[in-house]
Amino acid sequence: MSDTTTEPPVMPEPETEIPAGYDDGQDHIGLAHHTTTGLSNTKLAMWLFLGSECLLFGGLISTYMLYRNRQGDAIGPDQLWDIPFTSATSFILLMSSLTMVLAVSAAKRKDERGTRLWLTVTALLGGLFLAGQVYEFTVFYREGLGYTTSLFSSSFYTLTGFHGVHVAVGIIMLLSLVGMLAKGRIVGDKAETVEMVGLYWHFVDVVWIVIFTLVYLIPA
Amino acid sequence: MAIIERPTDSPALAGAGAGVVTPSSSYGYFRRPVQSTGWKSWAFTVDHKKIGIMYGVVAMLFFFVGGFEALLIRAQLAQPDGTILSADKYNQMFTMHATTMVFLFVMPMASAFANYMMPLQIGARDVAFPRLNALSLWTFVFGGIFINSSWFLGGAADGGWFMYAPNSSVPFSPTNGVDFWTLGLLMTGVASQVGAINLIVTALNMRAPGMTLMRMPIFTWMALVVQFLLLFAIPIITVALFLLLFQRNFDATFFSVADGADPLLWQHLFWLFGHPEVYIIVLPAFGIISEVLPTFARKPLFGYPFVVFSGAAIGLVGFGVWAHHMFAAGLGPISVAVFSVATMAIAVPTGVKIINWTLTLWGGKLWFSTAMLFAIGLIVQFTIGGLSGVTHAVAPSDTQQTDTYYIVAHFHYVIFGGAVLGLFAGIYYWWPKVFGKMLNETWGRWNFWLMIIGMNLTFGPMHIIGLQGQPRRMYVWTESRAGEGFFNLGMWNLVSTIGSLILGIGAVLFLVNVWVSRKNPPAPADPWDARSLEWITTSPPKEHNFDRIPTVHALDEFFHRKYEDVGEDGRHDYKQVRTGEQVIENEEANAEAHIHLPSPSYWPIILAFGVLVISYGVIYSTLLLAAGAAIAVLALFGWALEPPTADDSEFEPPSSDGGQPSKELAHV
Amino acid sequence: MSIDNDTHTTDTNSSEVVSQLEHDDLHAHEISDKNYVLIALLLAVLTAMEVAVTEISSVPESLLIPALLLMMAVKFFVVVSYFMHLKHDAALFKFGFYIGLAGAVVLYSVMLTTFHFFIN
Repeated sequence: MSDTTTEPPVMPEPETEIPAGYDDGQDHIGLAHHTTTGLSNTKLAMWLFLGSECLLFGGLISTYMLYRNRQGDAIGPDQLWDIPFTSATSFILLMSSLTMVLAVSAAKRKDERGTRLWLTVTALLGGLFLAGQVYEFTVFYREGLGYTTSLFSSSFYTLTGFHGVHVAVGIIMLLSLVGMLAKGRIVGDKAETVEMVGLYWHFVDVVWIVIFTLVYLIPA
Repeated sequence: MAIIERPTDSPALAGAGAGVVTPSSSYGYFRRPVQSTGWKSWAFTVDHKKIGIMYGVVAMLFFFVGGFEALLIRAQLAQPDGTILSADKYNQMFTMHATTMVFLFVMPMASAFANYMMPLQIGARDVAFPRLNALSLWTFVFGGIFINSSWFLGGAADGGWFMYAPNSSVPFSPTNGVDFWTLGLLMTGVASQVGAINLIVTALNMRAPGMTLMRMPIFTWMALVVQFLLLFAIPIITVALFLLLFQRNFDATFFSVADGADPLLWQHLFWLFGHPEVYIIVLPAFGIISEVLPTFARKPLFGYPFVVFSGAAIGLVGFGVWAHHMFAAGLGPISVAVFSVATMAIAVPTGVKIINWTLTLWGGKLWFSTAMLFAIGLIVQFTIGGLSGVTHAVAPSDTQQTDTYYIVAHFHYVIFGGAVLGLFAGIYYWWPKVFGKMLNETWGRWNFWLMIIGMNLTFGPMHIIGLQGQPRRMYVWTESRAGEGFFNLGMWNLVSTIGSLILGIGAVLFLVNVWVSRKNPPAPADPWDARSLEWITTSPPKEHNFDRIPTVHALDEFFHRKYEDVGEDGRHDYKQVRTGEQVIENEEANAEAHIHLPSPSYWPIILAFGVLVISYGVIYSTLLLAAGAAIAVLALFGWALEPPTADDSEFEPPSSDGGQPSKELAHV
Repeated sequence: MSIDNDTHTTDTNSSEVVSQLEHDDLHAHEISDKNYVLIALLLAVLTAMEVAVTEISSVPESLLIPALLLMMAVKFFVVVSYFMHLKHDAALFKFGFYIGLAGAVVLYSVMLTTFHFFIN
């Protein structure tokens, strides 16, 4: 400590405050550690990420919208779409959002079995959606819509393909989460982890809401 | 004296205190890396300071790679009918020069500063997601290596750094060069995107107590704005890159005009990214000099709120002007008019900054250190570049200027005169803090002046030759079309080349300075009598940054701890009551008892490596692609499963437990 | 003339630290499982309506497209606001997401406009 005879006055001690971002052993509601805004780091990161994904899908959607009528003599959207079928798969994906939200709700209640159950159902519904996509694309392909057939086909497959990959990644995350929950391998707040996967999953659903309307329903 | 907690797995040992290290294992087999010295402590580190240094070193390497490419271009154009580079090689050279400078030098160098300084400036111990930080670094490093490996693997990309399609599609660019470019930029894009999320969360969520947003240092503010720009711009170029990748590799028709494609699609997507990109390039430099100028003018920054809001405004408006890169592309008069006006608007917030910097200097006690020289250099040189930029905003005159050397002049004045000079200011300013040694001021002056003389001789004449009609991206010029007298293209091209040599020598002098200074005595903790939190540390900072997280009472907190206002009647009169060292000693005396640091990890570098293998696989072999994907998936799961003690430090404090002696310098 | 413009105060309480009250407020907006099911039902009905509207051949395009876009937007915001809980979450999350969304809509709409996409 300073020698007050030759040193400047000792600095006034600032009030002790909990440093941002670090574990002080106290229980903060819903947070593993204190942050400046009081919000979870992971949740903030996820929302920022989803904001950026809007620009990714926006670009792909715009490309599709620009090229949706450019198929030349090849087969076009009017001849291809099976609206009842796609409505069914869209409905399935929409319901998977419901089961996802039920999983989050169960996680918040610390209902471990319920969480794992609803997560698995969500993954199954997602898988069903993807299976529907694969079936649909197979039909389109047989009807003459290859990847390189036309601008319309390239744009369509790229847009829906990117979405499909996002769904697939989501399913892997859901199933991994189920496994990790079962084995107790989740680091940190379990409910929050489930919620984060949920946010991602809902976003993927929301992108499909846009795609379904713009691609399938709005007449070319 | 702070105790760095070393946790144990076994509760029985938990009470035994320091001395027992039992690192947990990954996948049940691999022990986590724990080394604090040697190459492993760099390869697996998650410490933002080490990561920042690595970003800086690699970026500097690429600066010289890109510079060498520039010298070859200038050598080719020094005389008529040059034979140094063939047309094809020339195309590759200017493409890679720009790509390297923009994506592998300027952006990562800014990341170096943001990574190293932002946590220190806000009083944090690290960033929000340390392993993601390491992932960003290694993805960037491997991406840079990947793009440049194209030189040896059939030829580099040759479509210009903006890679217009369909020119960049296979019929016109048959080598793998463009694919190396596309995949490499996808990799660096991931690095930037991940880094953006990381740093935004850090700046918003990890500030020291008392540090409101309007008490954040300007560099942190500008870095924050840049991260938002990256967050929203990178996805756009990602779309463009994927479309091009699919066009080239899967015969997609996105840019096949014969199938009805519109080449403007690429241009829009690229420039929607490309324009925010230039603000991503320059705003960090603006942030740096906003720190340097007040320090060496011994005055606070003039108009802090204006500098903050103008930075945010530049970022926002920067998203709305992209089509000014397409004035000659046939958009039609309405689009052109709209973008022309928007572009003029963006000069306003930039002008606000110039005014604030100038007024910061006005009436100050100026100390012309090398860092200050570079900072003032930025104000002068960037303004020149800004003036030519304003002439581009006027669409009719831009129609004359576009695709000529006049544009080349503009962007080199703003990029070199703006971003690069600013980055060098930062290097000279923060070098003592980061490395614990002062850089030599005499060599620094030579470094600075040769760079200034060199850049003006190189890029100044380009205004003239551009308006005389010399087009960009032409590998030769001929005597018969060179013109006469004062406007003779030949003379100015030669001057430009000589200038580039001087510039090159100036740049090399920086390396000389680093070498010559390596045996300097240890630097003080506060050599410049600075104002912000990053200086309330030792030089270099301890691993945990602050012995005690500082509580912030004001903007320029460090300044106010050293100086007290003894003025009367509302006048300010600051008297020094404490040295920087005393402030630091006070913090050390009140060190926190327990400090938790994030642990090193294998997974970031392994995941980055997996992505690298995937990229080579896309070009060469599906098997390789699958192997890379397997490595990546393995790394992702390893990462997710990393043991619960991940948040706690597991390695020895420096210079203890035998082994290699600490390489850290003596602390002041 | 004083040029100093430091904000020198001794206030150390960051106004951004979430208070206990605000935390409790977040919990008060928990949606029950039953309500989630009802919301899902609403989404299903909207989807059905969207499909139904496209089947009606007498609807002119100038009405059809805005109607579809409206229903799409409602579904979008319902999922984001309630399933993703954004309506009752912190302003910062809304900021991060909606800036991205708004940016995407505006920028890409401008781009498509230059392609004369909206003018037939």
